[in-house]
Amino acid sequence: MSWLLPPHASSYAADIDWLYYLILIITGIAFLVVQIGLVWFIIKYRARPNGKALYTHGFAKAEWIWTSVTAVVVVVIGLLSAGVWDRIKGRDSIPPGAIPIGIHGKQFEWHISYPGADGQLGTGDDLSIRNQLHLPLNKPVVATLTSEDAIHSFFIPAFRIKQDAVPGMTIRVWFQPTDTGTFELACAELCGLGHYRMRAVVTVHAEAEYQRWLDERGRAAAASPTALLQR
Amino acid sequence: MASTAAVVHEPALEHAHADDRPFIRKYIFSTDHKIIGIQFLLMSLFFLLIGGMLAMVIRWQLGFPGRAMPGGGVLPETMAPGGIVLPEFYNSLVTMHGTFMVFFAIMPLLVGVFGNYLIPLKIGAPDMAFPRINMASFWIAVPAGLIMLAGFFVEGGHAAAGWTGYAPLSANPELTGVSLGQQLWCVSLIILGLSSIMGSFNYITTIINMRAPGMIWFRLPLSIWALFITAILVLLAMPILSGALIMLLFDQTLGTHFFLPAQGGQPLLWQHLFWFFGHPEVYILILPAMGMVSDIIANGSRKPIFGYTSMVLAIIAIGALGWGVWGHHMFMSGMNPTLGTGFMISTLLISVPSAIKTFNWMGTMWGGNIRFHVPMLHAVAFVSMFVIGGLSGVFMATTPVDIYIHDTYFIVAHLHYVLFGGSLFAIFAAVTFWYPKMFGRLMNPLWGKVHFWLTFIFFNAVFFPMHGLGAQGHMRRIYDPTEYEFLAPLQGVNRMITISAFLLFTAQIIFLVNFIAGWFKGAKAGPNPWQDNGLEWATPSPPPHGNFPVTPHVYRGPYEFSSPLAVDDDYLPQSRKLETDREPAVLPAGD
Ligand code: HEM
Ligand SMILES: [Cu+2]
Ligand SMILES: [Cu+2]
Repeated sequence: MSWLLPPHASSYAADIDWLYYLILIITGIAFLVVQIGLVWFIIKYRARPNGKALYTHGFAKAEWIWTSVTAVVVVVIGLLSAGVWDRIKGRDSIPPGAIPIGIHGKQFEWHISYPGADGQLGTGDDLSIRNQLHLPLNKPVVATLTSEDAIHSFFIPAFRIKQDAVPGMTIRVWFQPTDTGTFELACAELCGLGHYRMRAVVTVHAEAEYQRWLDERGRAAAASPTALLQR
Repeated sequence: MASTAAVVHEPALEHAHADDRPFIRKYIFSTDHKIIGIQFLLMSLFFLLIGGMLAMVIRWQLGFPGRAMPGGGVLPETMAPGGIVLPEFYNSLVTMHGTFMVFFAIMPLLVGVFGNYLIPLKIGAPDMAFPRINMASFWIAVPAGLIMLAGFFVEGGHAAAGWTGYAPLSANPELTGVSLGQQLWCVSLIILGLSSIMGSFNYITTIINMRAPGMIWFRLPLSIWALFITAILVLLAMPILSGALIMLLFDQTLGTHFFLPAQGGQPLLWQHLFWFFGHPEVYILILPAMGMVSDIIANGSRKPIFGYTSMVLAIIAIGALGWGVWGHHMFMSGMNPTLGTGFMISTLLISVPSAIKTFNWMGTMWGGNIRFHVPMLHAVAFVSMFVIGGLSGVFMATTPVDIYIHDTYFIVAHLHYVLFGGSLFAIFAAVTFWYPKMFGRLMNPLWGKVHFWLTFIFFNAVFFPMHGLGAQGHMRRIYDPTEYEFLAPLQGVNRMITISAFLLFTAQIIFLVNFIAGWFKGAKAGPNPWQDNGLEWATPSPPPHGNFPVTPHVYRGPYEFSSPLAVDDDYLPQSRKLETDREPAVLPAGD
């Protein structure tokens, strides 16, 4: 079992991983200071016959030092994180020209809609597929998250992205895949008895291949509009 | 102030001599805070056992998904046909494990047991300010527990929306198939809230008005400071939960739509209300633990607590700042991301008082003459484990990292390091420390040590690897991890955790047996087995009805261990008068 994060495959995943490792190092040092300190005190200051404890109520100076060091460290972590957070989730963070994808959670599946030829969602020529998310490589994508029933949570571990899909709300979140291949999309919020199997497959294609896939699926859907959702 | 206690000192004396109350008034419907504390102790240990048993079923399913559980055949078809746990039952299990542990085990153990038992004894009062309300507070908690248990036996099964009861899953029975179970969950918690509120204003009034002469605020033991601030948090937080639960119950039964979006309600409103209660609640679950551990570490180290004033200020700071961080549970909820940044900063800042406390505990041990009695072992383990939980909190408080680890096993690891590693180890420390006062006998120290080491080892074997599971993206509250390819390589770890969890549970039998056996067979304790300074040790074990034959006077703080003024001993009780001590003012002195 490892504290190392699994491989990542999206544009901002490295920033998240970097912060994670930074915190791992800082907290790792604090962990060692405390645990080694405790073990050392336990051994060094264990009771001895005729032993006498030091009579002191503390030192203000020591307290000032550890209070201010801790405060500075956490504030620095906060400042470093605020920028990364804003770039990933901030209200204005969605890159212009991002490809819109609709993600609709419904007990216990993901309905994923792709824009038709006009590149817009909700214009009648959308393509809807169940539990399959196909994406082009190195293109920003903006997912519009909605839910039919309970709260679900859209989670692609390899992309380091998670966002709840809340009934009654429309939430937009963006990401940009940086590796081709298949990944898993999980539901991360308890949503009922089938929560554990609310899974979809994410396939990232090279751009040309993505277009080919979209066209093919579009034609198939036009021939039999409900077939894909039913499948 | 500090006058009330002196006035009641006559009747206390009388009671100490002849206690002729009938059995039922003495042990069942008792108004004596000590009996009520022990009643809460027995009740919450029972629910701790229930919660632990539910965890074993959860762990079986996670370690060996889809396999029949040994002995699971006794469960009805609606839960585990042929011993194989059903997904809907699994969701009830995680919901009820969390609910029982938080509301019926840890919270009453800390607040109900030690708030009741310690406050009057440690401040030198004969009882609580409102003894009958105190009795009612226990006898209201009992039906709340029974109602919560009853949920398992009703049509549709027990509540299954998580201990956090997120709406609309909890509000709309069609989404879970659970209706009556979820309603009982609400009703039980509303009743329990009433019990907590009755207890808390009793504690607050008692601490403010009934301190013995000389027990000025800055001579209060840290356990009492912590219980005081905790009682304020309970008084302010529980009504918020009750209000939210009543709204939820109305959504389920009366057709309101507070949390149902289809009719214009707001699912996020539930989360705001729940966590506005919920974060102060987690401090309710740790502050008394911190306070009692402070008392025990000073005793074990034979040293005054390091930085008493900053310890008090840290307790107050945690209690106050705790109201401004609830949004850290909602970073991924769709709440405005700018708000997320604010909650990140406030959450990171609240780790500062936690760090102060940790360094002060270490400072207390430094230069000590440490006695490793069983309570001290648990108290030191508390510090060591709480630190791990506090440090993992920094990961989750950091919004970008929380994107990845929210709702994974990383959170499960965190909350168990603070609640089991923290609160429960502190409870073991406190139970073993004050057991001789409660029952007049000692628990067996050898078996106490065996229990400690097994618990310490298997606790870490269960929960430390969960950080790693979370780092690999393993979601929490999933019935069958093998559904996902990326989780397949982790199944070995899940199995190892399950086996360790069974061993951890088994080790608790030692504690249970030791607890019961000590009652009948333990060595006689005498008034002050740990050579402590607190007022409770200056009265017999167990103390008589009315606590103190004569109201004690207090001459110093509670941590004067190894004081140069203590010539023969390495401790100096709060109520021992030295020649140089002046009598405290008995009438209102305005401390
Ligand atoms: C150093 C201090 C702490 C920090 C910075 C901290 C931070 C956090 C954060 C950010 C979360 C939300 C994580 C998420 O869901 O993504 C969380 C969850 C939680 N924390 Fe802490 N925490 C601290 C101390 C404590 C303490 C002392 C307790 C209780 C005794 C506690 C109990 C919990 C619990 C029970 C949860 C999980 C709630 C759930 O079921 O979702 N934490 N903590
Ligand atoms: Cu789900
Ligand atoms: Cu919190």
